[in-house]
Amino acid sequence: MTGTITEAALDTTVADGDGFLGTIPAGGTFRIVDLHGNQAVDTLFYDAADLDNRYSAMDTVREQGSAYLTAGSRLLSVNLDVLATITEDTCGRHDTLGGACAQESNVVRYGEHTRHQHACRETFLRYGAQVGIGARQLGHNINFFMNVPLTAEGGLTFEDGLSAPGKYVEVRAERDLYVLISNCPQLNNPCNGWNPTPVRLLGWW
Amino acid sequence: MSEVLLSHEIPGGAAWSVLVRGGRELKLTATGEGANCSTLLFAAHHPVDRLNVPDTLKAQMSARIHAPMVLMSDRGTALCSVTGSSLDWHDALSGHSVDVAKYGPSSYSADRNAWRRSARDGFLSELRKHGRGPADLHACVNFFSKVAISGDGLLTFAPGHASAGDWVTLRAEMDVLVVLSTSPHPLDPQWNPGGVLAEVRPAPEPGEDDPSWTFRDESARALRAARGVLA
Repeated sequence: MTGTITEAALDTTVADGDGFLGTIPAGGTFRIVDLHGNQAVDTLFYDAADLDNRYSAMDTVREQGSAYLTAGSRLLSVNLDVLATITEDTCGRHDTLGGACAQESNVVRYGEHTRHQHACRETFLRYGAQVGIGARQLGHNINFFMNVPLTAEGGLTFEDGLSAPGKYVEVRAERDLYVLISNCPQLNNPCNGWNPTPVRLLGWW
Repeated sequence: MSEVLLSHEIPGGAAWSVLVRGGRELKLTATGEGANCSTLLFAAHHPVDRLNVPDTLKAQMSARIHAPMVLMSDRGTALCSVTGSSLDWHDALSGHSVDVAKYGPSSYSADRNAWRRSARDGFLSELRKHGRGPADLHACVNFFSKVAISGDGLLTFAPGHASAGDWVTLRAEMDVLVVLSTSPHPLDPQWNPGGVLAEVRPAPEPGEDDPSWTFRDESARALRAARGVLA
């Protein structure tokens, strides 16, 4: 049961373009609040006891038979362990197939002029280094609040998010976890209306 | 047809790995029904750089792998180009098989060399030969398999997608380590793995009209980046 905000063990704001690394104990509840709407909160989860037992987008998608995440989705690791469960979702759809932006993939997608712009992969590596998460441990993340529709013909597009100010998603940790976040800073696609904004993180345990 | 430099038949339910020099072509041909070829790709020169499925898909606006898409790495470089295929859909959303218990108990003592092993078992066995391990596992392409997508994002395995004789060709855009498993697709309800013939040949130098170079600006940029890796 989620407590009141004043009882939260974690209450912090992550600026647009910044990252976060924290721990969530087993049984703890972790909430991400989209303060201004249409953010893309790039998020990875790791088994705190084994960094190689990390969130796996493809295993999660396959085992639940759905490309999108919402309340009830179990977030699986590469070993098929349930790392966390989405317990509440006032947005309704989250992407986990689009991955994170990187300086190098931005060059591929948008051109050489984006080479030295901020990107999520760099933020992941900067914050992850605190506990030994390096490039080899970086899997494909969840993009909370992001909308990446697939089509029956095998197409993939990016569309305006379904989120709005104050919408949130909440997960329950099923084991001790690290959570690694990049609050997507890039300004090259329409997913956040070219207006990156801060998010609030809350935790109860 | 240019000279076959290497030819190897991988039986169903097995794993194999091969280093393919840049400029050569790896052709995979299904030798039986029910073939699936879960495939990991690494830049041979780089300890970390590897296939990045989300980047590959989103840069080319596709949720399936088909010719003439370019398979891109974490560092924005083309590892291989899919230069041709008899199939227009290869799955990259489903990952590789981890647990094969759904097919029933199997062991070496009971089933001898026909015992059932997951793609994970095969991948790790091959990766360790190259000094790699679980941290190097990443999202794969499942050649010869299709997982259909509904309008609301539900995924359904398409049985019987590939037949014996179906094929796909990959042109190595740099020296690449290719790790292959012919265990069934993780959503395949049956354990009936087909074999795959792997052949390596010299590939013609791509011209200005090469389909992978002209497919999308993004594909060309990843190909250009690959040429810049070893300046």
